[in-house]
Amino acid sequence: MPRLTRYLPHVILTLGACVMLLPFYWMVLTAIRAPAEIFNISLWPIPETFSAGRNFAKVGERVPMGRFMLNGVIVCGGILLVQVLTAVPAAYALAKLKFPGRNLMLALVIAALCVPMQALALPLFVGLAKAHLLNTYFALMAPFFLSVFAIFLFRQSFRSYPDEIIEAARLDGFSEMEICWGLVLRASLPALAAFAIFSVVAHWNDLYWPLIVVRDTALAPPPLGMLYFSDAESGADYGALMAGATLVTAPMVICFLLARRQFIAGITMTGVK
Amino acid sequence: MSVIDPPLPRTSAVPMSRRTRRMMWRGFLFAAPAMGLLLAIYIIPVLVLAGFSVTDYQLGALSWGFTGFDNFARAFSDPVFLRALGNTALYAALVIPLGVGLALGVALLVHGRKRSRALWEVAYFLPVTSTLVAMATVWQFLLHPSLGPVNAAFRALGLDPVAFLADPHLLIPTMALMGIWQVLGFNMVLFLAGLTAIPKDLLEAARLDGAKSPLDRFLTVTWPMLGPTTMFVLVTTSISAFKVFEQVAVLTKGRQGSETLLYAIYLEGFEYAETGYASALTLIFLALVLIVSIGQTFKLDRKVHY
Repeated sequence: MPRLTRYLPHVILTLGACVMLLPFYWMVLTAIRAPAEIFNISLWPIPETFSAGRNFAKVGERVPMGRFMLNGVIVCGGILLVQVLTAVPAAYALAKLKFPGRNLMLALVIAALCVPMQALALPLFVGLAKAHLLNTYFALMAPFFLSVFAIFLFRQSFRSYPDEIIEAARLDGFSEMEICWGLVLRASLPALAAFAIFSVVAHWNDLYWPLIVVRDTALAPPPLGMLYFSDAESGADYGALMAGATLVTAPMVICFLLARRQFIAGITMTGVK
Repeated sequence: MSVIDPPLPRTSAVPMSRRTRRMMWRGFLFAAPAMGLLLAIYIIPVLVLAGFSVTDYQLGALSWGFTGFDNFARAFSDPVFLRALGNTALYAALVIPLGVGLALGVALLVHGRKRSRALWEVAYFLPVTSTLVAMATVWQFLLHPSLGPVNAAFRALGLDPVAFLADPHLLIPTMALMGIWQVLGFNMVLFLAGLTAIPKDLLEAARLDGAKSPLDRFLTVTWPMLGPTTMFVLVTTSISAFKVFEQVAVLTKGRQGSETLLYAIYLEGFEYAETGYASALTLIFLALVLIVSIGQTFKLDRKVHY
């Protein structure tokens, strides 16, 4: 009986983990074995012929997967850059500088935190359409240039920076910019890392906004490209389809495996107010 | 401005010295880019959205008129929208309790492990980082009536195969299954952080006070102490459940009566260019999200704590 209670948690966790990981296992398995073998559905099949090359090559023939990935990198990189450039000074001003309207701005930031992007999509789409900016990288990135979440997170983190050091740095002739980026942000690098991961994962995986503003295959980020591919491939070639899914999912999964601690710290930071 | 000036205390009321004025300008300049974007991305769009919702504006149309609350009246007599609302409610009713409850269970089990903790974290968290569009395609294959391993396992156990993606009654529960699969690891990590924050001596004290069984200790110490975490997890899970979209886009495109709230808005606003009507639907969606998140803000203030 004591032995049972000792091993029971492991047994339950193992069964649960099998369910959680089954899709990944089946995806990679199907991506590397010959298409004819998908009719072999025992749960632990050993691939008889490795057809990874054929399956991944098929993806390249059907859709420009490399282009999709490049678009994902451009869009995520552009968004993150502008988010950090605008949020860090604003968070510094909210945390450490006094100016009229500061409380109003903070209230607006907190209110904006509650508004999901999907609620703003329609007017933003109409605005971009009127400006003839649909089907551009700019349209893919623009709604995310401001991250109120980043402002909030950085403000919380900057507030704990000692005022005495800022005063001393001012007296030593440091410019406010140098204090903001060189001293205060440097002390909040964990928050920056957590936010960067959060932002990149969210925008790499986003489907809603790209689906709305992009009709041109050459501009599609990975999730939209994957949707094009699965619509075109409806049920015919599962080997190629799973190879495509593997390619789209791999970058974020690899990032997570490499930076597990930062990922988990980032999630935890969102929950702690 | 000499070197011997003492640092100004935060509350000092210096009447607009050059120094404070400079400080004020810096504050403005530092906040200006973000403020401009806040105006362009949040404030103006919300106002425009509210404006659209009382018109019959269609993107590209040359003329449009004021229609008052007709769009809202139309929404609540539109069978498609009502079905989308019902589907989203069913989806949320499955994802919220299971996505939160299972995550709490897994977190409690993982919390007790010392050496294998990292392994479990990776296994349960992996779906959170994966691209749902791609993984929904994988799930579609897993649940395939004849080629998928899930139905193969059912047949091997002597059960009837389940038509997860053909039976209209099972479409939303199948999408909820994928939603739970993806949100579980996220919630587990939040619960683990909450569990780590509970002081060990509190559990020890409860044990000495007669809470002998782990269940007693859970009910008297762990569960009340997890209050704020549970509240936060419930709110984030509800909001992400209201936003269900990817599964519909991949699996059905809203066919067979499987539209969800956001998918119905997407169709009206971006496929049929019914801008005015879609704006009214968006406001209803926004109201639902705000009710849940504002509830959380108040609850957090009162601190669900002991």
